[in-house]
Amino acid sequence: MSDTATDQVLTTKDGKPLKASLAKALRREKMRALALIAPLLLFVLITFVAPIADMLFRSVENNIVAETLPQTVVALNDWDVSSGQIPDEPVFAALAADLKVAVEEKTHTRLGSRLNYEQTGISSLFRKTGRRVKRMDEGPYKEQFIAADDKWAELQTWATLKQFAPRYTDGYFLAAVDAERTSEGIQMKPEDEQIYLYLFGRTLFLSICITVSCLLLGYPIAFLLAHLPLRSSNMLMILVLLPFWTSLLVRTSAWKVLLQQQGVINDFLVWIGLISDANRLVMINNQTGTIIAMTHILLPFMILPLYSVMKTISPSYVRAAKSLGATDWTAFWRVYFPQSVPGIGAGAVLVFILAIGYYITPELVGGTSGIFISNRIAYHISSSLNWGLAAALGTMLLAAVMILFMVYDRIVGIDNVKLG
Amino acid sequence: MKLKTTILAGTALAMLGSSALAADMTIVSWGGAYSASQNNAYHKPYMEQNPDINIINDESSAEAVAKLRAMNEAGNITWDLVDVVASDAIRLCDEGLAMEINHDEDLAAAPDGTKASEDFGDLIVSECFIPQIVYSTTFGYRTDVDEWGGKTPDDICDVFDLENFPGKRSLEKRPINNMEWALLCDGVAKDDVYDVLETEEGQEQAFKKLDTIKDQTVWWSAGAETPQLLADKEVVIGSTYNGRLFSLIEEQDQPVAMLWDAQVFDLDGWIVPAGLPDDRKAMVMDYLKFATDTQRLADQAKYISYGPARASSAPLVGKHAELGIEMAPHMPTDPANAKNTFLYNYEWWADYRDDLDAKFQAWLSQ
Repeated sequence: MSDTATDQVLTTKDGKPLKASLAKALRREKMRALALIAPLLLFVLITFVAPIADMLFRSVENNIVAETLPQTVVALNDWDVSSGQIPDEPVFAALAADLKVAVEEKTHTRLGSRLNYEQTGISSLFRKTGRRVKRMDEGPYKEQFIAADDKWAELQTWATLKQFAPRYTDGYFLAAVDAERTSEGIQMKPEDEQIYLYLFGRTLFLSICITVSCLLLGYPIAFLLAHLPLRSSNMLMILVLLPFWTSLLVRTSAWKVLLQQQGVINDFLVWIGLISDANRLVMINNQTGTIIAMTHILLPFMILPLYSVMKTISPSYVRAAKSLGATDWTAFWRVYFPQSVPGIGAGAVLVFILAIGYYITPELVGGTSGIFISNRIAYHISSSLNWGLAAALGTMLLAAVMILFMVYDRIVGIDNVKLG
Repeated sequence: MKLKTTILAGTALAMLGSSALAADMTIVSWGGAYSASQNNAYHKPYMEQNPDINIINDESSAEAVAKLRAMNEAGNITWDLVDVVASDAIRLCDEGLAMEINHDEDLAAAPDGTKASEDFGDLIVSECFIPQIVYSTTFGYRTDVDEWGGKTPDDICDVFDLENFPGKRSLEKRPINNMEWALLCDGVAKDDVYDVLETEEGQEQAFKKLDTIKDQTVWWSAGAETPQLLADKEVVIGSTYNGRLFSLIEEQDQPVAMLWDAQVFDLDGWIVPAGLPDDRKAMVMDYLKFATDTQRLADQAKYISYGPARASSAPLVGKHAELGIEMAPHMPTDPANAKNTFLYNYEWWADYRDDLDAKFQAWLSQ
């Protein structure tokens, strides 16, 4: 029996077991497929995943203190803020040695601007001390440093230095949620400095408003597009796509001309006597401006998925419902609308995710009450150079989007999203 | 085979082309009328004298600090010379992204032999910075506001006076300048402004003063916004750079006038990125020596109403190249305009910028 069983193993013509041969062929097939997509995969990895990962890593990276002042950091190990005394001579001697090297390599001012994010005044402290340290030939250094700048005699300076000595920090993330680490543990920042949580909230709220208004405006248009005769629907489609081909800045500026207090809409309303000249509406440089301009800009992203889904809904369902006695509304609400939900899902996700990261349009028409968290990220990237904080804010925004996406998947189901 | 030959031939041609062409030098500036003035006053005459050098204009000065840092991290500096404001120059120097300059050795002396460092004087605010122009942030106001009853603002504090001068204002969306003006108009002496602003109470005082006009203010982030808002009658008075107001008033003939009171002087100039290879550095330094000499700085004032940074250039400032009007009375440094000026403290803002900006943004969004 057992003999026949081994004999019965199927083999290919050249005597190899069929199973192994098939597996080999399959593997070859897979390798070929992988080789075909390899260029794209590499491209995505190198140009997209790697830079983002690098940027996100900056939100915790803090090598600069340990690299610029290596001996000081070691010497500070034995010192504790709770002693209430500033460090002793050995630490100052280490600082002098480190700073001499740093001045030579011109890295001391860079460290100064890094620590200035945490404590105001450290930037000029390092710049000033850097000029003086060249002349400090021998100890004792403590007095010489304090003579150079009396900030070296302040406990707070040393506390900051020690707190940010480790190579990794949670400081950026704390700052991104308006908190800070003080001697009494993690605390919220003073009220007049809290801004980021508020801005996150506002960004979410305004993005939802924009998504909803896109849906309300886009649904009827998509419906028309899907049901009008081809000639007129093509015309309408061009009108929908036209803004796509116009520069973003031009469209935003056009809204300024329309919405401002001396603008076209207000002029018209005053002319027909609806409002008085003294009470012109404020429609720009606030949240209204942001919502209107962004809705206009993102509307095609809602209409196109809706349209392509509605195009696939067979008219016979609605006809059948009506022939069974449903009113127009019931036929629409009970039969047509549920079939268009995948389009709503796709459009809403698309618009919401685009809206949450927008910053050009809010910057131009948002005034002070209509700006987004991305405006602060842009500020920290390009003006304050606080890339760590920008990375922390960016990571939080990314996490927020992913969580919302997962919630959406739970409630609606990601399979229930169709682009066509 | 044929395709291969074509590619080979194309590559060979391209290589031939690049070697025969002039050496490229990328100069980064602000764009618009400002780049045009540099092009006319510096680039064109320089390229005439040096036909083998080709100057490429890049208009990225607004993002220069971030981009230079990114280039530095990537180890690939593609810019040769960058036009930045003084505070950015200090920041770049602090970050080690700009090269230190020996002003006397690297730059031309004045025609009478005065050393460059003396000719520029106090305007050399950083070892890396080569000053080019003095500009000011100041106010312009509409001259046809009926509600003002014939009065015209002549004092910085009129900006905060909603009773006599009702209407919307425009201010820059950042603490710098606004905080100082607020304190000046709240009774703080000019010399004490930064001492007061250093304290929590002083900052609160400045915000309280700004509170009085907050709901009447449009906040701008680009220099072109205030001129546009003034032209559209959206605001009746607003701050911006004096050169922008000059072109609004003189070139576009709008009913707007300058309020020079308490104008805040600021500087703009060149920095050379750190880490340039020697051949490119030599090329840039040669250009710099030419472009920052006394005559060239005076020439720039023919095209834009910013004051030359060299003392020796001031007497050479002539007429506007196209309008034919005398430029001297439109300079922020003209004695009639500079009766009451405010000096911006770079060092102080380098320390307090991060802190105050956070507070300012929080205040704005309240």
